[in-house]
Amino acid sequence: MRDVAVVGFAQRQMEKFEGSPTCTELLVPLFGECYEQTGWTRRDVGFWCSGSSDYLAGRSFSFVQAVDAIGVIPPVNESHVEMDLAWAMYEAWLKIQTGEVDTALVYAFGKSSAGTLRRTLSLQLEPYTMTPIWPDTVSLAGLQARAGIDAGAWDEQAMAQVVARSMKDAEGNEHAIRKGASSVDELLAKPVYADPLRKHDCAPVTDGAAAIVLAADDKARDVRDRPAWLTGISTYIDPMSLGTRDLTRSPSTARCAERLDLAGVDTAELHAPFSHQELVLRRELGLADDVRVNPSGGPLSGNPMFAAGGIRVGEAASRIWAGESDKAVGHATSGPALQQNIVCTLEGRN
Amino acid sequence: MATLQSPVRVAFDYTRSTGPVVGRFFAGLRDGVVVAGRTSDGAIVVPPPEFDPVTLEPTTDFVEVADVGTVTSWTWVPEPVEGQPLDRPFAFALVTLDGATAPLLHALDVASPDEVSTGMRVRIRWAAERTGAITDIACFEPAPESEPAEVTLAPAGAVDPVTGIVVPVELDYVYAASESESAFFRGLAEGKLIGQRCPSCGKVYIPPRNACPSDGSPTQEEIELSETGTVTTFCIVNVPFLGQKIAPPYVSAYILLDGADIALLHLILDIPAEEVRMGMRVKAVWKPREEWGTSVENISHFAPTDEPDADFDTYQHHL
Repeated sequence: MRDVAVVGFAQRQMEKFEGSPTCTELLVPLFGECYEQTGWTRRDVGFWCSGSSDYLAGRSFSFVQAVDAIGVIPPVNESHVEMDLAWAMYEAWLKIQTGEVDTALVYAFGKSSAGTLRRTLSLQLEPYTMTPIWPDTVSLAGLQARAGIDAGAWDEQAMAQVVARSMKDAEGNEHAIRKGASSVDELLAKPVYADPLRKHDCAPVTDGAAAIVLAADDKARDVRDRPAWLTGISTYIDPMSLGTRDLTRSPSTARCAERLDLAGVDTAELHAPFSHQELVLRRELGLADDVRVNPSGGPLSGNPMFAAGGIRVGEAASRIWAGESDKAVGHATSGPALQQNIVCTLEGRN
Repeated sequence: MATLQSPVRVAFDYTRSTGPVVGRFFAGLRDGVVVAGRTSDGAIVVPPPEFDPVTLEPTTDFVEVADVGTVTSWTWVPEPVEGQPLDRPFAFALVTLDGATAPLLHALDVASPDEVSTGMRVRIRWAAERTGAITDIACFEPAPESEPAEVTLAPAGAVDPVTGIVVPVELDYVYAASESESAFFRGLAEGKLIGQRCPSCGKVYIPPRNACPSDGSPTQEEIELSETGTVTTFCIVNVPFLGQKIAPPYVSAYILLDGADIALLHLILDIPAEEVRMGMRVKAVWKPREEWGTSVENISHFAPTDEPDADFDTYQHHL
C-alpha cells in the first residue's frame, strides 16, 4: 500500500448561496486556496473526483458544468460520484493506490436551499414502498431518535449535551452558520419541533462546497512538514429498509471500526446531522470519553449536502497539520438514519 | 447586483416494474390484505424483502398478517410536505402488525403528538380506491386498546400479482442564474448580447460560464458582442415532440457570434431548411421590444444576411 495523506483542504458554508446550482463560482476560489496551500497548479493534480447530485438544485449535469472550474485543456483525468465528498476522496485514494497517479483534488458542492431538502431526499429511499409516501429526512431521524429514547440508549439530556458542546465549539469556526453557546437546560426549554426532535437537534439546511487534496509519499512530504496520513479507510452500508435494522445501532459503522486501528485516537470529526446520531457513532466506534468530538462544531453548525462529510475529514486533517491532534478519525454518512458510513483514520508524522 | 431567480418545477412519472415479491405485496394491498414474507431466520417481514437477508434466495414464502398492530416508534410531522399521506400535521410511525416481527413505515392520523405513544394500537385505514400500491394504505388510525392478537399465518394464496406502478415525482426549485449569467440575461432585456473574456487565454464566452472551461480562470470582463455570426454546425429537426412551437422541418444551429469563441444554440428561420449550410452568415431577429424579458427568447431566431459564406478556416476551431 502507498502512503497517502491529506495535504490540502478548503471549504465554504452558507445559509443561502445566491448563485448557480453548479456552484462553479464557489469552486474557483476553493481550488485557488488548494493551489496556494500546495504550491501546485492544476497541472500538478493527477486525478479529480467530485461529489454532487442534480436532484438537490434541479440542474441536470451540474457536475459537468462544474468541471469548468478546473479548466480542461489539456484534458484532465476526472470522475464523479453521486455521494459525499468523503466517498469521492475514497475513489481518489484507490486511484492513487493503483499507482496510476500520485496526487488528487476531490471536491463537492450542493445548493440545498434551491428546493425543500428534507423532501428532495425522499428520492434516495426505496422507490416502491417508501418514496411514494415521501418520508422526509427529519421524520426518519425522529423515528430513530425515539427508538433510542424508548430503548434507553440515550435521552433528551444527552442529545442536548451534544448540541450545547457543538454550538460552543462552533463559535471558533468561521465557516459555521449556526453557533452560540447555550446551556443544556436552555436547550431543553426550547419547543419540541418534530417530536422528539427540537430544531437545534437537526443540522441546518446549508449551501456550500469543499475540496480536499491528497498526495502520496514524498509528494505529500513536499507540501507539508506534518501531512495527515490516511492510515485506514473503510466503508459499509446497512439495508435500506428501516423495519429490518435496529435503528439504535449502526452495524455498518461498527464494521468500519473493526477494519481500522482506532487505538490512540484523540480527536473525532463525526458526520452526525442529528444530535442523537453522534451518540450512535461514538458507541459504534468505541470512542473513549476523553476523545475530542467535533471540535469544529460539527454538522449541527453547518451541513452542506455532499460536502459536509468530507469537511469532517478536512477538519480532522487541519488539526493534525496544526499539531493539535496526533491521531484523528474522520467520518461521513449518507442515506436515511445513518444507512451508509465511511470512516478513516488520520495520523500526523513526517 | 442580486442574481436572477425563477421558480421551476421538475416533474416525471416513474414507471416501475414490481417483480414477483413487491408485486405480490401490492396485489395483497389491492385486495385489502397485508402480505408478509417469511425469511430463513423465521422473521415475518412487511413489506416482504425481495431476497432473504441471510441466504440471499428470492422470497417465496408469503403469509397474511393482520391490519391491526402496535406502534414501535413514531415522530411528529408538524409541517407536512407535498405528497405525504396527510396534508395536516400527523405522525410517521413504525407499526408492527399482528403476526409480523418487523415494522412497516406509514403515516398515523392523529391531531396532536399527545395522542401518540409507543405501544399504542393502530389499524390500517384503507384507501377508498385501491390500485395495488403502498398508497392503498391511506394511513394508520388509532384502534381500541387490545393485546396483540395471535395471528394464524395463513399462506397468502396465489393471485394476479401487480406488475408495475407509476410514481409521479414533482420537485419545486428556485432556480438561480450565476452573477455572470444574470448579466447576460439582463443584457438581453436591453437588446444586448453580453459575453465574458477569460483574463488568461483571452477567449470570449457567451453565455458567460463563470470560469474559463479551458484553464479554469474566473471570467469577469464583460464584452458586448455583435448580433451577427456564422453557422458552425446545424441539424434539421424533422421529429415532432411534445411542446414543439414550430412545425418541422426547421433548423437548430450553433451560431458563432462575431468576436465570440463559443457558439450559441438558436433557430435559423426565414430560409428553407435544406438551404441552411455551414459557414452561412446570419443575424439575430429580435421580437418586438414590448415582448422582451430577461430571456434568450427575446431573439425570435437568426436569419441569413446578404454576406458571402465565411471561410471554413474562420470557424474550424469552434466546431
